[in-house]
Amino acid sequence: MWAFINKLRSPKWFYAISERLLPWFWVAAAALILVGSVWGLAFAPADYQQGNSFRIIYVHVPAAFLAQSIFVSMAVCGLVYMVWKIKVADMVAAMMAPLGAAMTFISLFSGAVWGVPTWGTWWMWDARLTSMLILFFLYLGVIALRGAFASRDSASRAASVLAMVGVINIPIIKYSVDWWYTLHQPATFTVTGRVGMPMEMWVPLLIMVLGFYSFFIAVTLMRTRSEILRRESNKRWVRDLAGGER
Amino acid sequence: MPSADTRMNGSDSKRDNGDRQVTAGEPRGGLTVAVWATLKRDLTLLMRRRSEVLNPLVFFALVITLFPIGISPDPELLATIAPGLLWVAALLAALLSLDSLFRGDYEDGSLEQLLLTPQPLPMLGLAKVAVHWLLTGLPLALMAPVLGIMLALPAGSYLILAFSLALGTASLSLIGAIGAALTVGLSRGGVLLSLLVLPLYIPVLIFGAGAVQAAIMGDGAAAHLAILGALLALSLMLAPWAIAASLRISING
Amino acid sequence: MAFESFNEFIAMGGHAPYVWAAWAATAALLVAIVLHARAERRQLLRSLQRRVRREQRLGVDQDEAAKVSHQSGGNRHDT
Repeated sequence: MWAFINKLRSPKWFYAISERLLPWFWVAAAALILVGSVWGLAFAPADYQQGNSFRIIYVHVPAAFLAQSIFVSMAVCGLVYMVWKIKVADMVAAMMAPLGAAMTFISLFSGAVWGVPTWGTWWMWDARLTSMLILFFLYLGVIALRGAFASRDSASRAASVLAMVGVINIPIIKYSVDWWYTLHQPATFTVTGRVGMPMEMWVPLLIMVLGFYSFFIAVTLMRTRSEILRRESNKRWVRDLAGGER
Repeated sequence: MPSADTRMNGSDSKRDNGDRQVTAGEPRGGLTVAVWATLKRDLTLLMRRRSEVLNPLVFFALVITLFPIGISPDPELLATIAPGLLWVAALLAALLSLDSLFRGDYEDGSLEQLLLTPQPLPMLGLAKVAVHWLLTGLPLALMAPVLGIMLALPAGSYLILAFSLALGTASLSLIGAIGAALTVGLSRGGVLLSLLVLPLYIPVLIFGAGAVQAAIMGDGAAAHLAILGALLALSLMLAPWAIAASLRISING
Repeated sequence: MAFESFNEFIAMGGHAPYVWAAWAATAALLVAIVLHARAERRQLLRSLQRRVRREQRLGVDQDEAAKVSHQSGGNRHDT
């Protein structure tokens, strides 16, 4: 176990192993998203209440799920970086943030679009969307903070601290917003989260979640590899690689 | 009083690119002395800059004035939105004053000195934040009822308004200080500070404004105030360490 | 199949603009993310190649260059 972690300290090792893993994640992402999309769009039954607009769930929920887990992953990477000084952890965190923000945006956009046939309005201050919006701002904050520092080491540490502070706040924010929403909207109509969704509905959802997850891992691995090349550009192995590669 | 464990700061400095601990011999006092000295120093400095203390209060009043002008002077309408308006305006006023929390010390080098003292930085940071709250949050809380009158805030909620603000602004000072510490070394840190800190302020806002609204409805604000207290307790436990870590990052950057 | 015909599928029971807007935006973003990641990598490799070629032309010894930056850059891990 510790041997593995020590290997992680070496960007070169990470570069090599990610090269082997990457194709699998791309294939998994493509296959899962394709299957999940077709199933969810064409084969899953329509919701008796919302009709076919219900199908938006198959992008909204995976995106929302990822938006939250990516932030947590970012905070964990930040912790690993601060405590064990593993550079690769910081690189991964840096590459994750924009993707997490994109997922949050997808969640917000699909949620808003879903709201039009469901509530008759483009925006609804319900608990889920409001929490997502706040999460979006948290992402922007981490990205902006990382970019504001001249020294890379300071930028990495500052972003790590902010990610950790943010992740502690996420459950607090969720709880507060949930509470605030139920207080102001006694008719609790949650967009999703229905207990006892029939299997024909949640299996494609699970597939989509797994597909999005594979996509996230694939993109992050790819971008981290670029970041390794960028940061380690002075190293011999990078130079040799650049000389040889197309 | 035994002096604070010098190793506590020493282990921190292992992460500061090998900054060596420099102390002028045995510290002549303990943690209490250092904290008290920081408190007094910050109080004195801030009292000398009267405008810095008054600015947030004037801002608070101005913003409250803007809303009837921008929306409607109808007292019934104002009464319904008064709790939220008062809380948001006070929150923004507190946010505005955060930028100067560490900046003065950063610019004249005393912040660096603070990092080099053998006393634990989290405690000293806490002292600075305490002064900030005493001279910003507390005055805002005391002034709020007056502005509440202008917004036709219904009776029975004025005391809760002041108390919720006093409790809440303490959390706001603590959380905001983390952002201030992270951005103190940046040239245009002020705008970034708002972006970082405002999302984290939202839980305090929800329960603070909620307390006032509950008082108006006659529901009793005890639950909201309890949660505000819990948020403050959490901030008191965690924020000082985050502030200290952030200060080190900003100084060493 | 939840739909009787392809046309019905596209129509989504009247909810077409919403469902397809959400899916199209998602697909567009995902594709954009992939394209951006690939372009980033290509650009990086290209600039690295240019740099290596330039240094080779100038006769910079690659080992020396790596050693120098290793000392000054403070990168502790080199495997």
